[in-house]
Amino acid sequence: MGNIQSISYFIPELIVTAVVLVAVVVDLIVSERNVHRIGYLVIGGLAIASFALWLSPPEESSTLFLGTIVIDPFSRIFKFVFLLATIVVVMMSMNTDELKSVRTGEYYALMAAMVLGMSLMASSVDLIMIYLSIELVSIVSFILAGYLRAQVRSNEAALKYVIYGAFSSGLMLYGLSLLYGLTGTTKLLELGSAVAALGPGSELALTVATILIMAGFGYKVAVVPFHFWTPDVYEGAPTPVTAYLSVAPKAAGFALLIRFFNSVFGTGQPLNGAAWEAIEGVPWQAILMMLAAITMTVGNLIAIQQDNIKRLLAYSSIAHAGYILMAVPVLSQDGIYAVIFYIIVYLFMQLGAFFLAIVVSNRYDTETIDDYSGIGWKSPYLGFFMAIFMFSLTGIPPTAGFIGKMYLFAALINGGSQFYWLAIVGVLNSVISLYYYMRIVKVMYFEGEREKNLYRPAGASAAIILATGIPSIFFGIRWSFLADWVNSSLKFFVSGF
Amino acid sequence: MSFNILSWLVWLPVAGAITILFVPRDKADIIKWVAAGFTGLQVILTVVLWMNFNKDHVGFQFMEKASWIPSFNISYMLGVDGLSIPMVVLTALLSFLCIFVSWKIDKAPKGYFSLFLLLDAGMMGVFLALDFFLFYIFWEVMLLPMYFLIGMWGGPQREYAAIKFFLYTLFGSVLMLIAILALYFSCGRTFNMIELVEIAPTALGTLSWWGFSGLKVVWLLLFIGFAIKVPIFPFHTWLPLAHVEAPTAVSVILAGVLLKMGAYGMLRINFPMIPDGTVWFAGALAVLALINVIWGALCALAQTDLKKMVAYSSINHMGYVMLGMAAVVASGTQHGSNSAAAQLGMNGAVLQMFNHGTITAMLFILVGVVYDRTHHRNIDGFGGLASKTPIYAGVVALAWFAGLGLPGLSGFISEAMCFLGAFPVYRTIVMISTLGILLNAAYFLWSYQRIFLGKLNEKYANLEEINGRELFTLVPLAILVILLGVYPSPMIDVMKTTMAHIVELVQVSPLLNVN
Repeated sequence: MGNIQSISYFIPELIVTAVVLVAVVVDLIVSERNVHRIGYLVIGGLAIASFALWLSPPEESSTLFLGTIVIDPFSRIFKFVFLLATIVVVMMSMNTDELKSVRTGEYYALMAAMVLGMSLMASSVDLIMIYLSIELVSIVSFILAGYLRAQVRSNEAALKYVIYGAFSSGLMLYGLSLLYGLTGTTKLLELGSAVAALGPGSELALTVATILIMAGFGYKVAVVPFHFWTPDVYEGAPTPVTAYLSVAPKAAGFALLIRFFNSVFGTGQPLNGAAWEAIEGVPWQAILMMLAAITMTVGNLIAIQQDNIKRLLAYSSIAHAGYILMAVPVLSQDGIYAVIFYIIVYLFMQLGAFFLAIVVSNRYDTETIDDYSGIGWKSPYLGFFMAIFMFSLTGIPPTAGFIGKMYLFAALINGGSQFYWLAIVGVLNSVISLYYYMRIVKVMYFEGEREKNLYRPAGASAAIILATGIPSIFFGIRWSFLADWVNSSLKFFVSGF
Repeated sequence: MSFNILSWLVWLPVAGAITILFVPRDKADIIKWVAAGFTGLQVILTVVLWMNFNKDHVGFQFMEKASWIPSFNISYMLGVDGLSIPMVVLTALLSFLCIFVSWKIDKAPKGYFSLFLLLDAGMMGVFLALDFFLFYIFWEVMLLPMYFLIGMWGGPQREYAAIKFFLYTLFGSVLMLIAILALYFSCGRTFNMIELVEIAPTALGTLSWWGFSGLKVVWLLLFIGFAIKVPIFPFHTWLPLAHVEAPTAVSVILAGVLLKMGAYGMLRINFPMIPDGTVWFAGALAVLALINVIWGALCALAQTDLKKMVAYSSINHMGYVMLGMAAVVASGTQHGSNSAAAQLGMNGAVLQMFNHGTITAMLFILVGVVYDRTHHRNIDGFGGLASKTPIYAGVVALAWFAGLGLPGLSGFISEAMCFLGAFPVYRTIVMISTLGILLNAAYFLWSYQRIFLGKLNEKYANLEEINGRELFTLVPLAILVILLGVYPSPMIDVMKTTMAHIVELVQVSPLLNVN
């Protein structure tokens, strides 16, 4: 589809772009006192973009802008995830004390710019576009991580992030150029058949290209061994940014990863129930399985040793990336279904847990787990929801996290006997994760006594907690609606074949 | 019946827990009476269930079924048969009595009693669920209240005990989850247990896990999940700690009901769904049972902490259950002409599950009684208490004798059935494990002697006699122990049709007919 025609299918992204620009301009005009209102502006704008996305035809599937991006049900559901995550995180940012000392107008504009970058990541089908969209997300993330200019910690986070980001982008570019050199095309939809036509002799080059490209994707989703930036960045960045980075760009990374491997190294089936085949000669499934197993194990084992809640959640988010990654190499509809389902569930529980860390930090001025002592008694409301998020992150019924994990394991078991070992590693990791998640529950409840004055968060804080907490329970009991929606989104655009 | 009695049994405690949340926190008495009221109603419902239960019917009764998550073929399905009804009665009875056992809880009673009721609901759900997914949800949901009950209201080492219990059981249940999913996919995407019993025995045949026969792996994954709950050696190390650190009522539930869930799971799932695996493993099960019997008894003998001794006696007693279950392979000319021995063993196992539930509940309550008064449980720290507290000493004597399997009391009948059922198949093992009975008697009698006989320890010259509330929690159990010791047939009649059916299902295994 040509450029002019494409615009009518690009309305949600255009709205997001407008939001970014308007926010920047308004930031120049309004006084210091009213700058937080830009947050409302961004929330409103993103809500309108979500509505526009909702109005867009759900089954529409075609390429836009001369074959650089596509619209299809698969990218549509991811765009909803990004919009929802961003709206929640903007609300969180408006309710944290951390950002009170800085002017936040640009901050909200940058958040909206992230949405644009991630939407492009989920829909790119051209190597150049893939690289551009990743860079758009990365550069904005660097600024957001370093937003607290006056804090050394935040500066360190941004700098580390930039260095790791630049390095892994370089590696990925090299991998992409190898791929281009081998096939002579940058179009994802043509790469699949071009790679298949290469024949024997090129396996080594393709394997090297796969590993290099995985460095780029792995950096975005924080997969071991490309994860070294996470703990410091997550600890140093403002907490809402940390929450954001641990959910939304990860989801975008997975969207890209799935589309990329499906079209380039698979036979590019449109996810219609037929099993895919991986092309022969390139052991990328094995690579992804190994990465998944290592990622969740390393993430969990290091999380056990953390004393800072943000670092703990950071390492646990590495483990969760590992769980999600397990289902990608299964190459089945079940696998992709499980990935998307888990990402949606993970959005609620991870953002909720981070937001409670913010509320605790606002109220009790601490990020240390031992200082959570007795919070279950001082504030039953915080304690209850924190416990729910911890159970959900561990994957214990009747919470949404269990259903998400169950689908991941189901995809592996249904995938065939080569995946059984990964399923066993996965469930054992759930048991390991129980230990450190329960440590938080333990200090909240097993220590301390009932107090007279109970703390109860009010207004917007309570609303955010409920908005993340209720789905974390509800989707553990009734998830038919979510299941149907995810099921109907399992369609790629593949007309290149 | 249009009245969904099984749903009422499961959800009534949940309603109770919600009701308690609305009672002001300083009205501790009202909270307790609400809890007692809801569990009491549950007991009445189980009596109604028992009255209307058709004991000659093969298969499930009072079935309820509703669609839950159609896209994954998950349904809400409950039913009761001869295997589950004794467990349902036991759960309701012990939950009700335990409300009174916990009457003196003064730390956050609102939280305690609502968690206790949730625990009750989870246990009921496990025994009544007929959808494997639902079964798993109940199985796991129960862990949460248990974790908090041990961790918040337990003894000095409660934090360690709570997390150890949680980690062990979760380890078992995630392996079970893998097995459930393997069954689901190899049996045409169904969680319906009734269908699984029909399909699974043949469907698993083609499954292969890295060259191992898939059915053996699935059997073992399920077995480990259940064995941790029973607990079977070597998965038992969480038990003494959790039982000792938990408050009395929670120990009663742990030993009285939770341990039975492991054995129940094997009888409900492993045995009928994977008969080949059962026959393959039966010999090993008998050996594990022997280890449980001897190891549990020896450990009990070595304890100086009274509660720990009772906890180890549970390991010992659950060994008899396993022995009776291992007898399921008794068939053919080798072991007598029919499956009579197998049925005897299996009925004995379920009867022993019920009897151990009542006996061990008495034991833990009695330990709690003396602990409340003296604040220690060191067996050697008492002495001559019988002269000060004759009624207490009498009740303890009854419970202790029931525990050591004195003829005339319920434990004797079921243990004898387990031994007799297993004898034709595992002669040596049974002969060695009767040694367990001897050790069993040794630790009970020896501890009794040290606590109650001899010269009165002067520290306890003013020891209070057992009070009315405590007697109220013990008398119903004592009546059951005596009644089932003299006249066990009502209980056996209820279960025998179902148990015969399970034996039949296991014995279709071709592995069995080779010899």
